[in-house]
Amino acid sequence: MITILLIFFPLLAALLLLLVNAERAKNIALFAAIIEFGISIFAVTQFQHNADVQFEASIPWIQSLGIAFHVGMDGISLLLVLLTTFLVPIIILTSFKNDYKNPAAFYALILSMQMALVGVFVSLDGFLFYVFWELALIPIYFICLLWGGENRAMITFKFFIYTLAGSLLMLMGLIFLYQHTEGIHSFNMEALYKAGQSLSATQQGYVFVAIFMAFAIKMPIFPFHTWQPDTYTTAPTSGTMMLSGIMLKMGTYGLIRWLLPVVPLGLQQWGHLAILLSVIGIVYASCIAIVQKDFKRLIAYSSIAHVGLISAGILAANVQGVQGAMIQMLSHGVNVVGLFFIVDIIQQRTQTREISSLGGIRNVNPQFAVLFLIILLGSVALPLTNGFVGEFLLLNGVYQYSAAMAAFAGLSVILGAVYMLRSYQSIMLGEINTITAAFAPLSGNEKIVLVILCAAIIAFGVYPKPLLDIAEPSVIKLVEGVQTALGK
Amino acid sequence: MKALVLLSSLGVIALLAEIFSFKKLMYPLVLLGLITTFILNLSDWDTNITYYNMMRYDNYAVAFTSVILVIAFLWFLMSESFFKASENLTDHFALILFALTGTVIMVSYTNMTMLFLGIEILSISMYILAGSNKSDLASNESAFKYLIMGAFATGFLLFGIALIYGATGSFDLTEIKVFIASHQGNVPPIFYAGVLMMLVGLSFKVSAAPFHFWTPDVYQGAPTVITAFMATIVKTAAFAAFLRLFSTTFANVSDTYVNIIWIMTAMTLMIGNISAVLQTSTKRMLAYSSVAHAGYMLLALLAGNSYSNSAVLFYTTAYSIGSIGTFCILNIVTHSKGNPARTTDGIQSGGDTVDSFNGLGKTNPLLAFVMTIALLSLAGIPPTAGFFAKYYIFTAAFQSGYAGLVLIAIVASLIGVYYYFRIIIAMYFKESSDEVVVVQNNHQLLLILVAVAIIALGIFPDFIIRLL
Repeated sequence: MITILLIFFPLLAALLLLLVNAERAKNIALFAAIIEFGISIFAVTQFQHNADVQFEASIPWIQSLGIAFHVGMDGISLLLVLLTTFLVPIIILTSFKNDYKNPAAFYALILSMQMALVGVFVSLDGFLFYVFWELALIPIYFICLLWGGENRAMITFKFFIYTLAGSLLMLMGLIFLYQHTEGIHSFNMEALYKAGQSLSATQQGYVFVAIFMAFAIKMPIFPFHTWQPDTYTTAPTSGTMMLSGIMLKMGTYGLIRWLLPVVPLGLQQWGHLAILLSVIGIVYASCIAIVQKDFKRLIAYSSIAHVGLISAGILAANVQGVQGAMIQMLSHGVNVVGLFFIVDIIQQRTQTREISSLGGIRNVNPQFAVLFLIILLGSVALPLTNGFVGEFLLLNGVYQYSAAMAAFAGLSVILGAVYMLRSYQSIMLGEINTITAAFAPLSGNEKIVLVILCAAIIAFGVYPKPLLDIAEPSVIKLVEGVQTALGK
Repeated sequence: MKALVLLSSLGVIALLAEIFSFKKLMYPLVLLGLITTFILNLSDWDTNITYYNMMRYDNYAVAFTSVILVIAFLWFLMSESFFKASENLTDHFALILFALTGTVIMVSYTNMTMLFLGIEILSISMYILAGSNKSDLASNESAFKYLIMGAFATGFLLFGIALIYGATGSFDLTEIKVFIASHQGNVPPIFYAGVLMMLVGLSFKVSAAPFHFWTPDVYQGAPTVITAFMATIVKTAAFAAFLRLFSTTFANVSDTYVNIIWIMTAMTLMIGNISAVLQTSTKRMLAYSSVAHAGYMLLALLAGNSYSNSAVLFYTTAYSIGSIGTFCILNIVTHSKGNPARTTDGIQSGGDTVDSFNGLGKTNPLLAFVMTIALLSLAGIPPTAGFFAKYYIFTAAFQSGYAGLVLIAIVASLIGVYYYFRIIIAMYFKESSDEVVVVQNNHQLLLILVAVAIIALGIFPDFIIRLL
C-alpha cells in the first residue's frame, strides 16, 4: 500500500499543480515533495532488515497477458526510493529563485518524473518496469525542451532518440524472456528470472546485449555517452540534477535488478567486455574532464567517470562491488546535485561558467567556498566523506574480479582529484577579477540546500552503517543467486 | 447484420433528404444513427449467425464493426464543416454511409464475392469523395489517381478470385479451405497464382509497399477530412478483410506467401518511415506515416498466431484514434492560416508545412496538448495506446519467430519518432506571432475524447485484446 502511495502521490500533486495559480505552484510542489520524503522515511522505519521484498502490492492489470501492477521494495529499491524522495525536494528548492515561464507546468513535470522514477525502482513486473522506464523520459524531454539553454531542440532530440533506441532493444529482450516463461506467460520478475536462467548460454548472451544496451545508454557508459555532455549542459539546472542525480541510477539499478540475476551466463560471456568499456569510460571521461573549459560540462564528464566505476563494480558481481555501487549511487546522487547547484549559483552571479574567467570567489564569499569544498571533497572521495565508502568498496569489488581493471579504475580517484581540485583552485582561489568581485552572498534557500547536502555528505561518510544495513541482505542474496547460477 | 441494414437505410434516408428537404436534420440524425447502430451491433455479440453462406456475423465482425463505428462517430465530429460547406451535402452523407456499409461487408464476408462487393462499395464512394472539392485541381487529381490505381488493384483482386474459383470451383471460404485440406500436395498451380494476385490487390488497398505509390498523392490531394477517413476507416476495414482471408482460408498455404509478406513488411516499414522524414508537407508526411503503420499491421498478419486478430484490432483502434486527432488538428491549423496556396500542378501546397504548427503550444495549449498525445501514440511511447499496440504486435511477431523483422520494426519506430517529434518541437519550441487559433465546440469535444481514449486504451488495453 505504501509503495502505491509513493508512486501515485507525486502524480496527484502534479495534477493538482495544473489547477492552482502560477504563484503558488512552487510552494505546493515543494510541500508535496517533502510529504513524499516523509512517506519514504516512514517506509524506512517500517522496513525489516532482511532480504525479503516488503510493502508488496499486486493488482491484476492486463490479465490476459500475465501483466500485473506488481510493486514492492527490498533494501536495494528502498535506498533508491529514499534517494529520489530526498533529492526531489532539494531540486525543487534549488529552482525557487529561477523565474520560469509557466512554473506550474514545470513543477508538474518534475513531480510526474518523480512518479516514474519511483515506479522504476519499485516495479516487480517486467512490463510495468518498462512502462515506468519510458514514462520517465517524457517529462525530462519536455523540461529540457521548454526550459533548456542554447540549441536545445536538437540536443534533447538526440537524447530522446538515443535512449529510446536502447529502451526498445530492452523491450525486445524482455519480450524474448516473457515468451520463455513457463506455462501461461507472465512478466512477473521471478518468472522472468527463471526463464532467463533456463535459457542456453548463447540465448542469454543475446538477451544480455539487448538489455545491457538500454542501461549502458541511460547511465551512460563509453561509447554510448555522446548524448550526455550536451544534454547535461543544455538542460536547465533542475533538469540536469534530475538526469544526473536520479535518472542515471535507473541504469545502474537496472543492471542490479534486471540484468545480473536474469542472465548470469550472459554476464559470463559479455561481462568482461562490459567492465572493460566501463573502465575505458572512467579513464576517457576523466581525461576529457581535465581539459574542459566549461565547469558544467566538466561535471557532466566527471559523472561519466563515476558511473563507469559504479557499473564496473556491479558487473564484477561480488558483494563488495554491488554493495559499493549501492553506496556510490546514493553518494553520487547527493554530490552531483550539489555540484550542479554550485555551477548554477556561480552562473547566476557571474553569467559565466568558464573556469578560466573566474577566480578569487573565496575572498569574496568564504562561506560559499567552504560549502563548495565539502561537496567537492565528497566528489573526489576523501576519507570521512560519503564518496570514500563507495569508491573503496567498488575498487575492492573490481579488484576481486581483476587486478588490472582495478588498477585502471583506480585512476578515477586520482584523475578526479586532478580536475576537481584544479577547477576549485581556478574558480575559488587566486585573484579577484571584475567578474567575481561582486559575488553576492548566498540567499537563504541556497544556504539551506548546501548545508543539507554537506551534512548528508559528512554524516554518510562518518557513519554509513544504517544505510549500508538496509541494502546488505538483499545485495548478498542477489549476488549469491548470481554466483550459484554461474556455478561458483 | 443490424449494422449493415441500419447504415444502408441511413444512406438511403440521406438521399431522400434532398427531395423532402430536411437537410438540416441530417447531421444530428447521422450521429444518432451511428450511436444506435453501435448499440444494436453489440447485441450481435456471440450470436455468430451466418447469412446465406455469404456473411457471418461472428465476434471478429462485431468487434471490427464496433471499432469502425466508433471511429466514424469521431470522424463525423471532426467533419461537420465539411458537410456544411458543401452544396452537395446529402450526396456526401449518402456516400460516406454507403462507404461504411461497404466496410461492414468487408469485415464479415465468408464468400469471395462479398469481399469484392464490400471493397467496391467502399472504393467507389471514396473515389467520388476524394474529388469532392471540385474546384480544386489537386482534389480532382487525387480522385483520378485513386480511381485508376484502385481499378488496377481491383483487377488484380478479381483475377485472383477468378483463378481461385477456377482451381477450387467455389467462392465460399469454408469450401476453399476444405478443398486445400483435402488436396494436400496437389493443389493446382493456378490456385497459388490466385492467392498471390489477391495478395497484390489487397496490398494495394492497405497501401503496403511496393503498392503504396498512390497513397501520398491521393492523401495529399483529397480534402483533409476525406484523407482522415481513408487513413482510418478504410485502412481498418481493408486490414480486417485482408486478415480475415489470410489468417483462416489461406493459412494452410502460408508457405506460398510468407516470404513475400516478410519482404513487403520490411519494405513498408522502411519506405514509409524514411519517406515521411523527407516530406515538407505535413499531410503528405502523415500519408507516408500511414504507409508505415500498415507495415506494423502486416507484421501481425504475418505472425499468423493466436495474437494476430486482437493485435490488428488493437492496432487499428489505437492508430485510427491517433490519426483522427492529428488530422483534425492539421485541418484546424491549416484552415486558420488561410487555404494553402497551390501551384498549378496541384501537388505542392505551401500551407501545411511543419512551420504552420509553430508556437501552437502558446497560441492554443489544448490543440498542442492533444496533438502531442496523439503523436506520442503514433510514435509508440508509453503510456499511450500506440505503445501497447506496438508492444502487442512485437509480441505476436516474436511468438512466431520473426525476431529479425521486430528489429527492423524497432529501427523504423525510431525513425518515426524523428518526424513526429518535429511537430512537437515546432509546437513548443518555435516562436510564432500568429493570433490564437479558434476551435469549434465539437472539435474541442472530439479532441478531448481522443486524448482520453488514447491514454485510457494505453493504460487499460485488456478489454479490447480480450475480445478476439
